[in-house]
Amino acid sequence: MSNSKILANGVDVYYGSKQALFGISMDIKEKEVTALIGPSGCGKSTFLRCINRMNDLIEICKVSGSIKVDNEEIISEKTDVVSLRSKIGMVFQKPNPFPKSIFDNVAYGPTIHGLVDSKNELEEIVHSSLKKAGLFDEVKDRLNEPGTSLSGGQQQRLCIARAIAVNPEIILMDEPCSALDPIATAIIEELIDELRLNYTIIIVTHSMQQAARVSQKTCFFHLGELIETGETNKIFTNPDNTKTQDYITGRFG
Amino acid sequence: MNNSIAKEKIISLRKKRSLEDMRFKYYGFTAMCLSLAVLVFLLYTIFSKGYTAFQKTIVLLEVDYNQEVLKLTPDSSDEDMEKGKFFRVKKQAIENFFPDLSKSDIKLVKKLFSINVDKEIKDYFLDNPEVINTKQQIWVTAHSDVDQLLKGNSRRDVPEDRRKLNDIQLSYVDQLVEENRVKQVFNNFFFTKADSRHPEIAGVVGSFMGSLFTLFTVFILSFPIAIGASVYLEEFAPKNRITELIEVNISNLAAVPSIVFGLLGLGVLLNVFGLPRSTPLVGGSVLALMTLPTIIIACRASLKAVPPSIKEGALAVGATKTQAVFHHVVPLALPGTLTGTIIGLAQALGETAPLIMIGMIAFIPNIPTGLTEPSAALPVQIYLWVESAERGFQEKSAAAIMVILIFLFMMNAIAVFLRNRFERKW
Amino acid sequence: MFFWSLVLIAVGIFSSFIYGRSRIKLNSKKQGTKSKSLPNYYAQYVLMWCLFPALIVYFSWAIFQEQIIQNIVISNFEFIEGAVYNEGLLLAEIRNVANNPSFADGKSIEIINAASHYSSLRQISQISFYTSIIIIMLLGALYASQKLKPEFHAQHTIEKYIQYILIFCSSVAIFTTIGIVFSLIFESLRFFAEVSIFEFLFSTEWYPFIPIREGQTAAEGSFGAVPIFAGTFLVMVVAMCVAVPLGLLTAIYLAEYASQRVRKIVKPLLEILAGIPTIVYGFFAFVSVAPFVKAFGQSIGIDASPTSALAAGMVMGVMIIPFISSLSDDVINSVPQSLREASLGIGANKAETIKKVILPAALPGIVGAFLLAISRAIGETMIVVVAAGTAPNLTGNPFENVTTVTVQIVVALIGDQEFDNPRTLSAFALGLVLFVITLLLNIIALQIVKRYRERYE
Repeated sequence: MSNSKILANGVDVYYGSKQALFGISMDIKEKEVTALIGPSGCGKSTFLRCINRMNDLIEICKVSGSIKVDNEEIISEKTDVVSLRSKIGMVFQKPNPFPKSIFDNVAYGPTIHGLVDSKNELEEIVHSSLKKAGLFDEVKDRLNEPGTSLSGGQQQRLCIARAIAVNPEIILMDEPCSALDPIATAIIEELIDELRLNYTIIIVTHSMQQAARVSQKTCFFHLGELIETGETNKIFTNPDNTKTQDYITGRFG
Repeated sequence: MNNSIAKEKIISLRKKRSLEDMRFKYYGFTAMCLSLAVLVFLLYTIFSKGYTAFQKTIVLLEVDYNQEVLKLTPDSSDEDMEKGKFFRVKKQAIENFFPDLSKSDIKLVKKLFSINVDKEIKDYFLDNPEVINTKQQIWVTAHSDVDQLLKGNSRRDVPEDRRKLNDIQLSYVDQLVEENRVKQVFNNFFFTKADSRHPEIAGVVGSFMGSLFTLFTVFILSFPIAIGASVYLEEFAPKNRITELIEVNISNLAAVPSIVFGLLGLGVLLNVFGLPRSTPLVGGSVLALMTLPTIIIACRASLKAVPPSIKEGALAVGATKTQAVFHHVVPLALPGTLTGTIIGLAQALGETAPLIMIGMIAFIPNIPTGLTEPSAALPVQIYLWVESAERGFQEKSAAAIMVILIFLFMMNAIAVFLRNRFERKW
Repeated sequence: MFFWSLVLIAVGIFSSFIYGRSRIKLNSKKQGTKSKSLPNYYAQYVLMWCLFPALIVYFSWAIFQEQIIQNIVISNFEFIEGAVYNEGLLLAEIRNVANNPSFADGKSIEIINAASHYSSLRQISQISFYTSIIIIMLLGALYASQKLKPEFHAQHTIEKYIQYILIFCSSVAIFTTIGIVFSLIFESLRFFAEVSIFEFLFSTEWYPFIPIREGQTAAEGSFGAVPIFAGTFLVMVVAMCVAVPLGLLTAIYLAEYASQRVRKIVKPLLEILAGIPTIVYGFFAFVSVAPFVKAFGQSIGIDASPTSALAAGMVMGVMIIPFISSLSDDVINSVPQSLREASLGIGANKAETIKKVILPAALPGIVGAFLLAISRAIGETMIVVVAAGTAPNLTGNPFENVTTVTVQIVVALIGDQEFDNPRTLSAFALGLVLFVITLLLNIIALQIVKRYRERYE
């Protein structure tokens, strides 16, 4: 239990009067890739957005239960959302670089958090983040061009670099490849595999192949409930639950 | 048998119906053309009434800068020069304008010249002091009545007692025309002078500057307040009664007649706060309050157009909401808010009634230089000139309308340019 | 004064920012801990404390200084017994002499004394103004600098302040409404203290200048506003007669018949029509339409006056056309396509579809648009001021001179404004009526439109 990074216990989420998640409990290990799979509308993205409290943006959304990150409760009034989010990076479904230069995109996080004291340090962080995101070689000559001028896959890696730049421990990915072509998807998947060495990664995906390729653990959601969780190999070869079996064999979804 | 009658009936009915359809379409088309025709007619009226104001009539006058008459010597200092007796030179010049003028005719001839002639004679001398003791042929400004007659704006076939110029004056004017001692040139006064009681030397610069100062005040006040209000309502405001009250309030305020804002300015800004009357500061404040709803509505639309994913991106790297909004959303919405503000300013530029209420209707013969100086504004100037009995002011009002329309057109062009240049499609 | 105080404030902004920034860096270095927020936030904190109290002082000073000085001057004025003074004129005279010594010639000694008193007070006020601004700025900066410790979370505080500023910005609209209501009601009450509200609302005699009956001491004339309301109504009816058919038919043509290209050309042209300042329409009415109406009246044997309800109303109608057509266009466009298809599908032609299906469906929205247009027409000022005349005629003849609420407000406030005179105050009573009516029309119209929208969404 020592390397448990995120511990969710009985998480319920309501949108107004409609319940979206039913008592989700989950244990996510450090420096592993956990994939959340399930048919669309099953609540996997909702659960992901609970972990860095992005659901706060939706006024009618109410979260109850307990999520502990590094043994610290985050579903609480007292939680400092800002420091929580600097510890947990997020990459969205559609790449959303700021309409600024590539450099400024990555530099934004470190600047607002005061992680750097000089221009050189900032440059260093930007470069290393871009390198970790596997983008540096492609953009090193045009750091001042707008981030929106990049291709979709590059934009998504820029967003990953932006998340890495604030030195998070966890990275949440909300269907990061759904807007990308297969080649860009392959690059991102490779990248995820590398990032696993330093970060705890939770990825929501609707592609079972992707989950099988990149993750060590897989959790299957259905209609707001966590049906089954376990080693990816086991889930895809020999699931305990029949619903999981039906889903991965393509009977519904 | 029956069947064919019914069929015929249907066919004839169908014909009637399609005729009806054509007619209805034709009505709509006519209505549209009529509306546009009025627009064309309106612009035509303004142009045809106003283009003559860009010319003025000048008359050739022979001036004798005699040192005795001027009470100056060639060595007089500049200060003394200023005090020269130029009105006597002018009197002499007019007495000798036509050969053998009787005393009563001199008075009549005098009225053919603008009041500004004294100054023109003096300025000519001060620019060329070496002309002392010589006779100079100088073109001086004619009186507005002559100007209007020669431009064909006032008619000579009405009875004498209903004319500005009587028969004798007319004959003198005709003589001038015959002798080529009168011509029309570009009216520089219109673009260099402020209002005047004398149409021939009245210009729009005073009121134009007044309008600029007023718009400046409107911009300074309404732009930041509108951005603040729309950012709050769009991004921060909790969904409660008070927010709803503010929103209803703004939409109702947009429909309050402008004259009521004038009463607000008079009752509160002038009478309670004691701000200075007739000044761009007060005029601008009133117009700022009036245009605020328009600008807020435009600002909110452009804030709404910024996709939420940008804000989410910032929040996800740990920015606070304030940071996400002010670092990302507001800058992206800025072109849109600016466009909205310019459109609001264009609305403010044309407003007349509130400015009348707060006293910007006073006669101001000099060009204002600051926000707290009494000044006129373009639309009020137009109103004053339209209402003026003096014929010469009518073309001036039309010309001032051209100025304000061009100004408006340019503002709108800037707004459209901003929108096209900076608007993003997400 | 204006310029130098701006310079002062700019210097304050700049130096407080620099000070705050360097101070927090120093403090955190001393303690050897990192500050909780970025240095810029501490700088902003100092800046706000330096700037805002000073701004409050600045504005209150600018607003009240003149009044206070004037009160002191007047209370110390050596009134000569028996002479009658008008306070406003006296003050104007004193100010003139003080600002321009050459006006002193021929003025009485009391005035010259008062003028020098006025000038000296102004000077004192100026000096104390600058000193107090500087002191307030320093005090603010001093207070803020005490808080410049690394453990103080300046960013939180700044964001709270920003919230306050934003809330203030949004409440300006509320303050405006309060100001309007307050000033209208307050001055109207003063008016109704002298003129009975029943006379105002129901009497048909409007002679604000001439006393017409004996014993009418408080009021100088008669203030029965019925002819004014009637004139307003008449002009509005004429305007709607022009604007409704033209605007509505134009909207129908644009929405249902016109090609994309025609729409693209015509809509901006109509927007031009909407953007033309109303005084320009006034000019047009006065120069082109009114003479035409007069000539037309004569040709059919009616003696038309040079300014008339018809001329003003017609031009006002033209002004409202784009308003009605764009609102109606929106409404017609929001009628669901399925209704159109249903009607066309059973063989109805376009005209029948529009008349029998679309217009009935869009009716509430169109009615709402008409109400908004009426509210516009009633509140419009410059066209009627220039082209409708000022005579309070109680008539239904559109060829005659009429007057409107807005015209009478302008007439009452042009020239001398004396707030102890019911003639001046009548403007506020009329303004109150105008405000209430337009507000009601607007609220009803918005309700109707909102219900209509909900029906199809």
